[in-house]
Amino acid sequence: MNLYLECLTASTPEIIVIATALIVLLVDLTVVQEKPAANRAALAGAITCLGCSLAMAWVALLPSSVHVAMLAISPMTQWLKLPLLLMTVFAAVLSWHQRITRHAGEYFALLLLAASGLMLLISSDNLLMIFIALELLSISLYALAAFNKASLASSEAALKYLLFGGMSAAFTLFGISLIYGLAGDVQLNFIAARLRSQPGEPLFYVALVMTLVGFAFKLAAAPFHLWAPDVYQGAPTPVASFIASGSKVASFFVLARILLTAFPGARGTASLNDFLPGWAPVFIVLAVLSMVAGNVAAIVQTNVKRLLAYSAIAHAGYALLALLADQRHALSALLFYTITYAFTVLGAFAVVGVVEDSGRQASLADFAGLSRRAPLLSFCMLVFMLSLAGIPPLSGFFGKFYVFTAAASAPTQLSLLWLVVVAVGASAVSLYYYLQVLKQIYAVAPPPSSTWPRPAISAQVTIVMLAIIVIALGCAPDLLLGKITALLRSHPF
Amino acid sequence: MLAWTIYISFLGAALLMFLPGDNPGPPRVVALLSALAGLFFAAMGIAECCRHSAAGVLTDVVNAPWIGELGIRYHLAADGISLVLVLLTGIAAVAGVLFSWNIETRTREFFALYLALIGGVYGVFLSVDLFLLFVFYEVAIIPKYFLIAIWGSTRREYGAMKLALYSFVGSAMVLVGLIAAYVVAGGKTFDLVELAKYPFPAGFQNWAFIVVFVGFAILAGLWPFHTWAPTGHVAAPTAASMLLAGVVMKLGAYGALRVAMTLFPIGLHTWQNTIAVLAVIGIVYGALVALVQQDFKFVIGYSSVSHMGFVLLGMMTLSQIGLSGAVLQMFSHGIIAGLLFAVVGRMVYDRTHTRDLAKLQPMNLNQVLPFAAVTFVVGCAASMGLPGFSGFIAEMQVLVGAWKTFPVFAVIAAAGILAGIAYTLRVLVKAFFAEGPAELPNLPDCNRISVPERAGALLLLAATLVIGLCPRLLLDLITPSLNSPLMSPLWKAGLR
Repeated sequence: MNLYLECLTASTPEIIVIATALIVLLVDLTVVQEKPAANRAALAGAITCLGCSLAMAWVALLPSSVHVAMLAISPMTQWLKLPLLLMTVFAAVLSWHQRITRHAGEYFALLLLAASGLMLLISSDNLLMIFIALELLSISLYALAAFNKASLASSEAALKYLLFGGMSAAFTLFGISLIYGLAGDVQLNFIAARLRSQPGEPLFYVALVMTLVGFAFKLAAAPFHLWAPDVYQGAPTPVASFIASGSKVASFFVLARILLTAFPGARGTASLNDFLPGWAPVFIVLAVLSMVAGNVAAIVQTNVKRLLAYSAIAHAGYALLALLADQRHALSALLFYTITYAFTVLGAFAVVGVVEDSGRQASLADFAGLSRRAPLLSFCMLVFMLSLAGIPPLSGFFGKFYVFTAAASAPTQLSLLWLVVVAVGASAVSLYYYLQVLKQIYAVAPPPSSTWPRPAISAQVTIVMLAIIVIALGCAPDLLLGKITALLRSHPF
Repeated sequence: MLAWTIYISFLGAALLMFLPGDNPGPPRVVALLSALAGLFFAAMGIAECCRHSAAGVLTDVVNAPWIGELGIRYHLAADGISLVLVLLTGIAAVAGVLFSWNIETRTREFFALYLALIGGVYGVFLSVDLFLLFVFYEVAIIPKYFLIAIWGSTRREYGAMKLALYSFVGSAMVLVGLIAAYVVAGGKTFDLVELAKYPFPAGFQNWAFIVVFVGFAILAGLWPFHTWAPTGHVAAPTAASMLLAGVVMKLGAYGALRVAMTLFPIGLHTWQNTIAVLAVIGIVYGALVALVQQDFKFVIGYSSVSHMGFVLLGMMTLSQIGLSGAVLQMFSHGIIAGLLFAVVGRMVYDRTHTRDLAKLQPMNLNQVLPFAAVTFVVGCAASMGLPGFSGFIAEMQVLVGAWKTFPVFAVIAAAGILAGIAYTLRVLVKAFFAEGPAELPNLPDCNRISVPERAGALLLLAATLVIGLCPRLLLDLITPSLNSPLMSPLWKAGLR
């Protein structure tokens, strides 16, 4: 087959998503320009969901596995596009009723571009392509974060996000250039081959650490987390939820891909006593800092979005533990953890969004007595918060359990147990602040003179679906885990 | 059959969540029916287990694959020890519903949380797969927080959060120990029976045992990690404190026995004396603190710490009689503490709105609330360990076992019993039989003791009397399971 044709076939889902973005722009610009903003948002949102569903159907029905040019598509990466697109759909549905902007077309087009960035990001094994996809994703998100023009916080958030993001992208690019200079290639498996033939080149590790800075930024792992609280708080809520969910899953997957494909030998030993250079100690430091900083800072937060931001930092720390696990479990633990986390945090942000829609802020006091006004939403928030805290039988619990078990068994038995102890302890602390939110919702009486407009049906349905996903994946983790492990067993990447 | 105790409780909780309306009537009925059904299934399950095999041997209830990747199975099974505690849970659950009949605010949510807690407790007692056990253990934590934080009294938010964090820290320790044991044993199974066969290295056992044991024992009120217990009990609404003292503290003791002691017998041997010392301190300390409390409920709260000390001491004797005494004491204390908390929280506090002993003194409660007074007198007699009640035979067995292993501790613990008699009599006199003014005080809410209260009190009194007069009913279940293969490593380690 013609190489170009093969390339086009392989990237059809991405093409569908990008074409949808263009259609959204076109329709919004021409057909409904004069209509009220709410209708335009509904139309653009509907087209967005339709496009994403089409891409999902394509991915689900026509699994392909090709390795052409800069694309490395395996059943694993194809499958991973399903949850990512699903998250995009959820974020789009949640944006419908939020009166963030008059520019509905641009908003949804950017969301779709970010989604295509996610999809390209996970379907490449070429450092340059990865970098480009990362930038496509990031730049779309910078713009999305600034979309609430009426809010100064939104602009501040976007500017902060852009400055931090640009800086870390520069680091990453520098790292990639060093790697290219040393290995003579940007293809991950060539780098691995080169590293095998010439082990212990110190510059490799410098290059690796530089590259990792960009990813640590995307994951909001401490000490590269400073943007997260402001962005989560200032950005429009659906955008924040998308940053916290889809963007995180894809970034973690790519990070794992880079590390496990290109640098498996450079893992180093995880025991800090006889210290060897490698990336394991780097991740241990990142993980511990994230878990401690995230959980401690979250305790004193009074804004729920900010609290979720710090909790996201802590969760990045837990997820990093999975990378330190042995090869057999690392990727499946990481994927299970991040995917379930993403759905949970999407749900939590969705509830926050509904509360904001009712004319409130997102401070803790605004949730007081919510259970009396909206029992169903409150129950869903209970599910999301407890899942984040790691209470069974919710998916967050099994995610954590699997990651901790995987980390404890690698690289040699129990050598990383101390790290698991830190993680479990941090997780115990985190229950405190999740319970603070739930205490407001369930135990505190609502303010006497408060109105509660009926939340949008679309948001309610989304939230309930997310809650069902969180409960179902907690009670029967094999639904997701079985799929992941089966895919990984047949095609590692 | 036994598995339905779990399902019926969760089904009841789910049904309550979707019940429409704010009328408190239907939720009560649903809760009572679920609790009764749970008790019925528990009794039927016990009968079935006794019929099928030699009573007390671990009998499978359900065993199905659950999470293949980690070798986790949905494995429920019961032996004599778990059957005794399942029965206790059933009785305590029914009594708790009866004593919560007067909950008017958010009744639906109250009973939904209540039944979720009960379901979790049943689950812990029946799980053999340790992952599953841990899941149920944690499921039981969260409802406690809400029951106290929403329906509680004195400093409820503080008490609720303290209880939740203590429990969660304890379960975090357990989690670390479980993961470590799983990894060391080869990462294939969480099944208790399989893991118990694995010879864990001694160095590993020494730390793993204490981590897991203390993790569980925090919930059993092990001194000095007991401080959540009095504050939690005091803050909790009546039914929640009945359950806290009645069954939740047993979760901790059961976990310590079933998981920590069974898996790590060498570690147990290393720490045996240390824990026995802590248990004895708990017995004496709890009793002495209870002696000077002014709050009626604090007295019962600290007495729970003291009585749970006997459970832990009995477990540390590593003798047949001591262990069977410990299990019997779990049952006995569950019933008696439930009864005492019911009198304090429901019969007295809900009518007088005070628990201050100085304020209760002039109220002539023995004439105003004669039924409460009689119930409390009998409950106190049982609590003091008078012959004829379940507490007597249990504490006797523990003391005999302790006498064989550590004679000095047995003497100190017996002194603790004396202190127990002192504080029980003191609170009995102050609350009910003080010389008050001649005319009866006018207490507006002092309606007569209602039918549900009477039924609940009679149920609990009957349980403690029947077991006190005929302890063989339970001992026939407990003794064979102590001799079962699962517990055999314990005895091997015990023979020095």
